[in-house]
Amino acid sequence: MSETLLWVDRVTKRFGGVVALSQVSFEVRRGSIVSLIGPNGAGKTTLFNCVSGVIRPEEGVIRFFSGGQEERLSGLAPHEVARMGIARTFQNIRLFHGMSVMENVRAGTHVRTQAGLLEAVWPWAGRARQEEHWAFDRSMRLLERLDLAAAAHRPADALSYGQQRRVELARALASDPELLMLDEPAAGLTRQEKESLMEFLRELQREGLTILLIEHDMKVVMPVSDWVVVLDYGAKIAEGVPKGVQEDPRVIEAYLGARA
Amino acid sequence: MNPYHTEILATAALYALLALGLNLIVGYAGLLHLGYAAFFGIGAYTYALLNLHLGWPFWAGLPAAGLVAGIAAVLLGLPAIRVRGDYLAIVTLGFGEIVRVVATNLEGWTGGPNGLMGIAHPSIGPIRFGVDAGPYFVLLVFLVAAVAWISVRLRRSRLGLAWLAIKEDELAAGCLGVDPLRMKLLALALGGWVAGMAGCVFAAKQGTITPDSFDFIQSVMILAMVILGGLGSVAGAIWGAAILSIAPELLREFSTYRMLLFGLMMILLMRVRPQGLFGK
Ligand SMILES: Nc1ncnc2c1ncn2[C@@H]1O[C@H](COP(=O)(O)OP(=O)(O)OP(=O)(O)O)[C@@H](O)[C@H]1O
Ligand SMILES: [Mg+2]
Repeated sequence: MSETLLWVDRVTKRFGGVVALSQVSFEVRRGSIVSLIGPNGAGKTTLFNCVSGVIRPEEGVIRFFSGGQEERLSGLAPHEVARMGIARTFQNIRLFHGMSVMENVRAGTHVRTQAGLLEAVWPWAGRARQEEHWAFDRSMRLLERLDLAAAAHRPADALSYGQQRRVELARALASDPELLMLDEPAAGLTRQEKESLMEFLRELQREGLTILLIEHDMKVVMPVSDWVVVLDYGAKIAEGVPKGVQEDPRVIEAYLGARA
Repeated sequence: MNPYHTEILATAALYALLALGLNLIVGYAGLLHLGYAAFFGIGAYTYALLNLHLGWPFWAGLPAAGLVAGIAAVLLGLPAIRVRGDYLAIVTLGFGEIVRVVATNLEGWTGGPNGLMGIAHPSIGPIRFGVDAGPYFVLLVFLVAAVAWISVRLRRSRLGLAWLAIKEDELAAGCLGVDPLRMKLLALALGGWVAGMAGCVFAAKQGTITPDSFDFIQSVMILAMVILGGLGSVAGAIWGAAILSIAPELLREFSTYRMLLFGLMMILLMRVRPQGLFGK
């Protein structure tokens, strides 16, 4: 836990009159789990969209330090951000519904394979075949880890909500990212599912993955987070280790107070 | 098997080739293209002009026609591809018509509405293709088999998966590293290439081409074949083409009611199987 992997630097995003993000800055250190919390409409998803290239911030710079190399993400298209080694999930699951679970996860390996048109068509091209085996094996291993192997060949939309969340997680992991961004992965899960998800995230962290996590429920993320960033009305109102943030009067007022 | 039958078979095979090409664009990449016949026309005129002015033989004209039509599909696709769904259909319809109007009005080059005549038939060594449709049918079956093979291979590859993904959810596919623009242009290039080759064979077989062989109705007909067979299905494109090109001939005895019956048959088929014959 030393060097910076992602640096969000004074990012501002407006939608018409709404300031969804206002001069938001924070860092994500390599190997850590950082949680982004805040009440409804705080700007959490908007921040994910800015990082992943889905929308463009009006001001500010987002830097990604991939293998020590500094890359500016602002202005890149989503597929270019993905190629830098960033994978994400969506708040309202976005699986490819017409495809099987396996195909969904294999689609995640797209950035890690290269075979072009001619190799895809030419039956004796060694690389395409090697890649396909590799992609299949990698996807299968991920499905096994997430307890989805039995559902591998079922259509994605035939699965339960909790399973679909896990498929989306497997699909994001299939790209072997350096940074994994999860938008409310625990939402709608049962208590047990939430706990095993958090345990899984810790496991991924031990394997060296860096995770940026959005969550509504403070109680869920506090035990796994190394660092917590709190947004409210588009502004960062606090950040720090979970305990400090939990006791911060501004957070209690803006976040917990809003609940009461 | 009389010449009339071979003629029908050759026409069916030509349509199968066109439907396979359009299937790459509409079925694989999900781009509703309403101007596909334009690339068929571009291929036909490319070979006709190369043959008439530069004396190019058919076998040199075939790849050239594919290349030119493929490039045209990409160039005309670039401005259209950023718009979605219904708009894309309208824009491609417009481009398709523009190509036909240009062919009609650029008389110095294209012969205008009268078209071009005296386009050379192919020959292989001593075997010279003539007006008999038989050899063209054999050639077209080879091309259909080749394009069907390419389509099936592509579908199973990472590119096929990427096409499926952008069709399902372009944003999610983008976040997985799939470049949607690039994948769509690739489908257009391939589809244009196939249409160009089909156009070249058509020009060589007819010996004469006129702009009205490449009009909007032609585009709609090819699209109907793809939809009838089932979007994205290789076997479906071939069957759709076979049915829609042979059925009007079988219905010939009903003379005046022929097209009416044909229309009813299509409506019925789509009611019974809205996903197409081979669609999932
Ligand atoms: N595409 C958009 N167009 C217009 N306004 C938007 C758009 N996306 C977000 N907003 C607005 O920006 C603000 C921040 O929304 P955002 O979705 O980022 O919040 P959030 O923190 O993710 O909330 P939640 O916890 O409900 O998911 C909200 O006021 C929202 O209405
Ligand atoms: Mg959100």
